[in-house]
Amino acid sequence: MSDHINPVWVIGEKVDGNIPPICFEIIGQARKLADELDAPVEVLLFGKGIRDRVDSLFHAGADVVHVGDATGFEVYQSEIYLASITALVDERKPQIMLIGSTFMGRELAPLIAAKLGTGLSAHCIDLVLDEDGILEQQIPAYGGLMSIICPDKRPQIATVARGVFPMPTLDESRSGKILQVDPPPEMITRVKTLEVVHVEPKGLPLETAPVVVAGGAGAGSSEGWQEIAELAEALNAALGSTRPAVDEGWTDLETMIGQSGRMVSPEIYIGIGLSGEQQHMVGIMGAKLMIAINNDPKSPVFGQVDIGIVEDCRQFVPALVKALKEMESDPVRATHVV
Amino acid sequence: MLRIIVCVKAVPESKAAESLKIDPVTKSLPRLDIPLEINPLDRNALEVALQLKEGSGAHITVISMGPPPAGDIVKECLALGADKGILLSDPAFAGADAYATALTLAKAVKKIGEVDVVLCGRASSDGATEWVGPELAVFVDMPIVTMVREFVKTDGKNWVVKADIENGYRLVQAALPTVFTVTQDANTPRTLSFSGIIKSRKKEITTWGLNDLGVLEDSVGLKGSPTIVSKLAYVESKRECEFIDGTLEEKVDQLINKLVEAGVAS
Ligand SMILES: Cc1cc2nc3c(=O)[nH]c(=O)nc-3n(C[C@H](O)[C@H](O)[C@H](O)COP(=O)(O)OP(=O)(O)OC[C@H]3O[C@@H](n4cnc5c(N)ncnc54)[C@H](O)[C@@H]3O)c2cc1C
Repeated sequence: MSDHINPVWVIGEKVDGNIPPICFEIIGQARKLADELDAPVEVLLFGKGIRDRVDSLFHAGADVVHVGDATGFEVYQSEIYLASITALVDERKPQIMLIGSTFMGRELAPLIAAKLGTGLSAHCIDLVLDEDGILEQQIPAYGGLMSIICPDKRPQIATVARGVFPMPTLDESRSGKILQVDPPPEMITRVKTLEVVHVEPKGLPLETAPVVVAGGAGAGSSEGWQEIAELAEALNAALGSTRPAVDEGWTDLETMIGQSGRMVSPEIYIGIGLSGEQQHMVGIMGAKLMIAINNDPKSPVFGQVDIGIVEDCRQFVPALVKALKEMESDPVRATHVV
Repeated sequence: MLRIIVCVKAVPESKAAESLKIDPVTKSLPRLDIPLEINPLDRNALEVALQLKEGSGAHITVISMGPPPAGDIVKECLALGADKGILLSDPAFAGADAYATALTLAKAVKKIGEVDVVLCGRASSDGATEWVGPELAVFVDMPIVTMVREFVKTDGKNWVVKADIENGYRLVQAALPTVFTVTQDANTPRTLSFSGIIKSRKKEITTWGLNDLGVLEDSVGLKGSPTIVSKLAYVESKRECEFIDGTLEEKVDQLINKLVEAGVAS
């Protein structure tokens, strides 16, 4: 690895005092790309009181961490972050810049790209290098995959969806160089975040749940939806949804899985009354066991799962919930079943 | 009076758009004649403007970049209550990515001149990048707040909005002029009656092309786009489905067995 090769950058982030998993997932992938390019990985991390977190970034694969540990960087302020980042880009000239598809990343990435006059792809689910070392930024589209490239302008910038790259194994023997970033002096900002308010999330978080139960249009009504929600509860699973379930008002947009929603990678995914449309299915990356329940034996969902059950969910789901509850209160039946 | 610009996009009608799929053999998209509609989230952006107009008054200009048929979408916005409609249409604009689109819209915003607020939907249903609003903001040198779900204070020159973040929101103060992108939670957009749509077809809109905007041909459309689509690929599932058969009870029992095996139910 040589220092004069333009680095691969990762814009890190602090959420609720912690560095979220997505930062590590992206550093892991940046490391792979950088190794192929013989380039260093540099991570930017702004916030206050973040010094003690920096080592974990080296363990994940960073060679250099630009740390902005200052009051001016305490909360995300778009104009301050943008000015600091673009100034640092001029100095370090990254060839690739990866940013998590978080709320901050989704606002900051296009500001950076426009300011630098370069391209930006959105919510990538894979990143590979082509034979010329150009970054192929893959996004789901039209039932398949679309590769976007930025052939001429640099850096090549992409936002990355959550949960699409595995957590890298942390190597505690790795270390690197810390470079300090200072906020721009006395900047007059036109927008200002006054307060950050956290609201307790409802139910289990989808991204980290080992079991996800997702319901679709086949639920048929809010009663049908309620049955699916009860199944999720009985299995201690997070509840996910498809777009029609959100459109019908049975559940919040927060629960939608897929291209325009959340990305999950559970051990077990159970899809109920949904047709397996690609815009939904791309949201379930790397699930170990996939199960579908659908009343149409020809539903395309069955071509994408490991276990299929052809049943009306309005009959099957309540029966399953009942059996699970009986099992809990009657271990004899449980052993009998097993 | 408050001067508002709302950016709207004509997108393929959502149900029909789902039939647009990569052909597994040719790895290309079929040519389909899909009807256009207003990008759903742009309706939320327009609704914000319409409510401000009904409140303390505002002049609303709607701009849209697209092929000539997108003019109907602009007309629909007029029928909904916008005051002026401008279609940015020119063969040179075709094939634009988010960057070139934002640049073209920015030229129009500058040509319009005095403006206090620019509103965009959070994302478009077809491109789905979320980039046009923020990139436009950079090109017109305005600040931006994205993912706004509530306009808390809209009097005077310093507005306060609630914008979505992970598990909560941020309260942001913005000194006008500012660009805002709006989420579906901001409001429930009004809809037009069928007769309203018919009437709106007769309303006049302005069309601006390359020369009206005074931009170079290679800074817009496909030529002005830093990104290109290099490949389309069809993805095949590697899973093979084992069907569980039997009566309802048998299926329930067998599924529970599978779940127990996988370590879920116990
Ligand atoms: C650009 C774009 C982005 C999108 N992003 C997303 C996204 O992020 N997430 C998402 O989910 N969607 C997204 N969509 C929408 C997506 O294309 C599909 O429309 C959606 O996923 C379909 O949801 P569904 O499977 O629940 O409904 P349907 O496709 O209508 O399927 C319903 C299924 O339920 C079955 N069924 C009906 N009744 C019963 C019953 N009683 N018992 C059992 N089964 C029953 C039917 O056989 C059918 O297979 C997007 C679309 C576009 C164009």
